[in-house]
Amino acid sequence: MVLNLPFSPAIQARLRWWLLFLLPLWPLANLVGLGVSNDLGTDPAKFVVDEMGTWAINFLWITLAITPARQVLGWGWALKFRRMMGLYALFYGVLHLLAFCTFLIGWRSDLFFRELTERPYIIVGALALLILIPMGITSTKSMMRRLGKRWKTLHRWIYPASLLVMLHFIWQIRASFYEQLIYGLLLAVLLGYRLYLRYQR
Amino acid sequence: MLIKKPDSIKSSQITPESIYRNRRQFMKAGLGLAAVSSLGLPSIAQALEYDIPTDLPQYPGPEWMRAQLTAAVRNEALSTTEEPAPYYNAITHNNFYEFGTDKRDPVRKAQNFKTDPWTVEIAGEVAKPGNYNLEDILKPHTLEDRVYRLRCVEAWSMVIPWLGFPLADLIKRFEPTSKAKFVRFETLVDKDQMPEQDSIFSTIDWPYVEGLRMDEAMNPLTLMAVGVYGNALPPQNGAPLRLVVPWKYGFKSIKSIVKIEFVEEMPASSWNIIAPGEYGFFANVNPEVGHPRWSQATERRLPSSLLSPNIVDTLPFNGYAEEVAQMYKGMDLKKWY
Repeated sequence: MVLNLPFSPAIQARLRWWLLFLLPLWPLANLVGLGVSNDLGTDPAKFVVDEMGTWAINFLWITLAITPARQVLGWGWALKFRRMMGLYALFYGVLHLLAFCTFLIGWRSDLFFRELTERPYIIVGALALLILIPMGITSTKSMMRRLGKRWKTLHRWIYPASLLVMLHFIWQIRASFYEQLIYGLLLAVLLGYRLYLRYQR
Repeated sequence: MLIKKPDSIKSSQITPESIYRNRRQFMKAGLGLAAVSSLGLPSIAQALEYDIPTDLPQYPGPEWMRAQLTAAVRNEALSTTEEPAPYYNAITHNNFYEFGTDKRDPVRKAQNFKTDPWTVEIAGEVAKPGNYNLEDILKPHTLEDRVYRLRCVEAWSMVIPWLGFPLADLIKRFEPTSKAKFVRFETLVDKDQMPEQDSIFSTIDWPYVEGLRMDEAMNPLTLMAVGVYGNALPPQNGAPLRLVVPWKYGFKSIKSIVKIEFVEEMPASSWNIIAPGEYGFFANVNPEVGHPRWSQATERRLPSSLLSPNIVDTLPFNGYAEEVAQMYKGMDLKKWY
């Protein structure tokens, strides 16, 4: 994944930044395109909510993969994009919530309250999103400076958030657990790596 | 086989409202007697006309079934006046887990599913058990067109014009004994044709099984369907023979049936085995009893669009309380969900 382009390092870095900034917007653009051409299927509400949720998980897992990628694969450049990927996880998580409120329950507060109190998988999903929000807010450089050591502590909340997200996903297993198994194994590797390092120390 | 929606056709145009309305008026005028018949039995044969876009797959059914399919008439008394879903949506948005877990998997993977010849085993507490050709099972029955609401446990619903005959008529023919208290159904197991049956990730222990209490099976609403939209059932919709129980969640309406067994004890049913706390044996549509994953208070009437999600309130027994509620008198429906 290290881009070896015939440009100066500065331009390479800039190109990489733009690429990694724009690429994560593709799922959203794709969805808008499908919406415009009326190709979201028979149940577009469900489709859009699921897509946004899936990409929120994808970016959360990618965020968690950056530290191992840097340390194990030597991708030093990747660290610069950790906050960006985390913000994309939050971005798609918020879109997931907005799509749920708009398309699935039509902003009916009675339904929203019932979903939030009666459905365990929604409760854990909402908790995960609540955790990601302060992390997103404090993702600026000035916030990093201002919070100092506490910034790192705060952002370690990505670990419980990822576990809640996994639970949110597992509780939706119906006829097949294939996807949950894949995501679960990936998360086990990503979190297991941290545990391993801790144990080593 | 991938079936793409042609760009030139909007889903709303696939089954124009005018066609349904006109035909219904025509039928009302011509078949007044059929409509008022208290049993809802059609008395005059009149071919049904459905607007099925020619660029979508057609399912005429086997040769021997054609005459019966074309002779079917609308049972007005038992049909809803709501607009049926466009043909395209009904044949492309299916839960048929034998062919995959995505709603579009069945239409993609079931097109070569062999549904003729088809044998159904009649077994258990019955005077005439045996293996019967579908043709012989179907022969004595007059097919009816019935427009039912179909409510999925996943909180979406569609209005579907089925073609079929009352399960009660079939049951009477095979003469169940006094020990027959429940009817148990089984879907085909064929790993070569049904890819998901070969998956190690599946939560379902094949075959898919379902059941009804005898009075539910004998209820006039309970339909054995062999067709939709005036034609045979597409494989993705459960060809060649499926159950339709409109007041229960869709998973009760078992597809591609190969066995009908009369039993004394309440039979196990697939989803009830997988998650007994989530899916009961009865599975009557009930807005008061939520599922851990879905509120059952409302439903999305499909097809919907993002601009109008089409969220409607779910009715007790899916709006069929008048016909079926008396069967559950005295039962705690919160307990027997």
